Amino acid sequence: MRPFVLGAVAYDPKVVAIWDGFKQFFEDHGLPFDYVLFHNYERQVAAHFAGLIDVAWNSPLAWVMTERIARKKGRKATAVAMRDTDQDLTSVVVVRADSGIQRVADLQGRKIGVGAADSPQATLIPMRSLSLAGLAWPDGMEVRHDLLLGKHGDHVGGERVAAQALLRGEVDAACMIDSNLLAFAADGTLPAGSVRVLHTTEPYDHCNFTVLDGVDVGHVVPFLSLLLGMSWDDPTVRRLMDLEGLKAWRPGRTSGYEQVDMAANSYGPMNELVDQA
Amino acid sequence: MRLDLGPLSLARGGHLLLRRALAAIPVGGSLLVRGDDPELVSHARALARRWGSSFAVEGSDVRLGPPEWLGGRWRGAERAGESGAGGVVEAPPQTWGLAARGAAVEVGAPAFAFRLASRDEVWTQDAGRFYLQAAAAQWDPATAIDWGANFELPDEVEDAVVQLMTYLIENETAALIVPARFCAQVHPHFREVMQVLAIQAADEARHIEVFTRRALLKRSAPALSTAGGQASLKTLIDEPDFALATFLLSVLGEGSFLALLRFLERHAPDPVTAAVARLTAQDEARHVAFGLAHLERHTAVDPSLLSRLANAIEGRHDALRETAGLNEEVFDALLFIAAGGWAPASLQRGWDAVVSLQAEMDVGRRVRLRRLGFSESEAARLSGLHTRNFM
Ligand SMILES: [Fe+2]
Ligand SMILES: [Fe+2]
Repeated sequence: MRPFVLGAVAYDPKVVAIWDGFKQFFEDHGLPFDYVLFHNYERQVAAHFAGLIDVAWNSPLAWVMTERIARKKGRKATAVAMRDTDQDLTSVVVVRADSGIQRVADLQGRKIGVGAADSPQATLIPMRSLSLAGLAWPDGMEVRHDLLLGKHGDHVGGERVAAQALLRGEVDAACMIDSNLLAFAADGTLPAGSVRVLHTTEPYDHCNFTVLDGVDVGHVVPFLSLLLGMSWDDPTVRRLMDLEGLKAWRPGRTSGYEQVDMAANSYGPMNELVDQA
Repeated sequence: MRLDLGPLSLARGGHLLLRRALAAIPVGGSLLVRGDDPELVSHARALARRWGSSFAVEGSDVRLGPPEWLGGRWRGAERAGESGAGGVVEAPPQTWGLAARGAAVEVGAPAFAFRLASRDEVWTQDAGRFYLQAAAAQWDPATAIDWGANFELPDEVEDAVVQLMTYLIENETAALIVPARFCAQVHPHFREVMQVLAIQAADEARHIEVFTRRALLKRSAPALSTAGGQASLKTLIDEPDFALATFLLSVLGEGSFLALLRFLERHAPDPVTAAVARLTAQDEARHVAFGLAHLERHTAVDPSLLSRLANAIEGRHDALRETAGLNEEVFDALLFIAAGGWAPASLQRGWDAVVSLQAEMDVGRRVRLRRLGFSESEAARLSGLHTRNFM
């Protein structure tokens, strides 16, 4: 029996441990499973349409790409599952506590530290949110921290570098996911009392498992039932779920991708990719 | 329910208060959280997602629902026996690992590979008492012995003392390595056994120190290390079985050493030698007593162990049959120390003393073998096969 093949992006060495663990889990439960790691999401999306993988573990931006290409080709993409922790994230824009910046409008003309150009959480979504709050983006106002382009900001590095640049006074604001603000505050990257939350985005959703029409239902059904049946109370899978950062898998939903979908319009490489597809 | 964090940040300790308050939410209830930290809303949202609580902003406050995952890590946790010595179980699972006896162990803990993991194999009810005794009886070599005592021995007597110390050092080294190795193999559930072995190794470390210090008190180097002596000790180091190694080392070897150290104290030509012999003998008495207690329990639950013990002595005897000249230097050193000089009458007295030392060692071994359950004649035969190296 041909295995069900998953694609994922290697944004960190732990990715190998995660998918090796899932491979073992699925095979122990009778689903032949394999996975392919990609350097970047663009390559993964292309491979998905080329039929090299059956299901993709997609970033929000990769999901939007997949959906747009599918629409153009007359195909259909479906988000079948996601982590509980992928739902209702927000990004925050923080400033130095003593900066005197009180409103979003005060940021006009200042330098704003964002993550990688293709990071939904640290760049695309917060920049759009600030635009909606009235900010314009003349050249030089956006200071990018382009760590590991192609990984869509999955690597926390870009956000950390932006936070450090804020402390050093190189930028006047920094954008990051709410859980990273918590982590940076707890690990001392952002010392107590050093920053203040100026602006918070609307909640949005993060990664999902994406399949395309024509995928073998005989694979997808057991894949989903095993996935959604994983219980964090089960010690044999708890380590795996902790590694992947979730307590429970949820059925996929697409209601949380509106912001990234709108924000992606201003991301040039994305439009090129869709045009060329 | 309400929680006011004041100026405390959820990233810097406030999460403890939040977790406690969330755990106390009654069924159908929720928790209103307020505070002065400008990051409160953002942090609370991230924690709510992690803990599976519903989340809503209400003005400058936040409202959280009951957490789905709080404390879930401890569902299915298992108690690792009970904390007292009576709570020791027959076969502790390897997944209890390093956990304190009686602790709740999270499911999914990794399995360790402690080789000595069955109660019958390692446990003795007295282990805790032995450990406490040993801990209370620790002495400080720097102050327990008067290293500056004023004495000068004739060269040949000093030489004999240095030879004896050289021999003692390598024996103590074997006596350190054997318990240290088993200490690392005992399942920590049998905590008191692990502690006894650890403190026994520490005792031997001190013995090595004081014998070395006495050897080098008047000389720049230790004396001779014989191939036969090391061959004999190697059979101890190489014995992989805990019971057999305990038997050969503690019951037979350290038992014989006890007589040797008392002999040395009695015939010591100087106060430093007398003191090191007296202090180390105190420790050895404990080592012998623990080895005996452990094996008495072991042979009581498994009588077939007796024949394995007998085989171990015979096997060791056969392995050492070919080692020539074993112990000549030590024997002569003991004789000369007891004689104290070259006068023929003194040498005769020294010879007699060493012969009676050997007889005393033999009697001691036979008494201990009898305690383990060997017959009178078997005990006599096996004692006779014990290594001429004493240890
Ligand atoms: Fe010793
Ligand atoms: Fe000893």
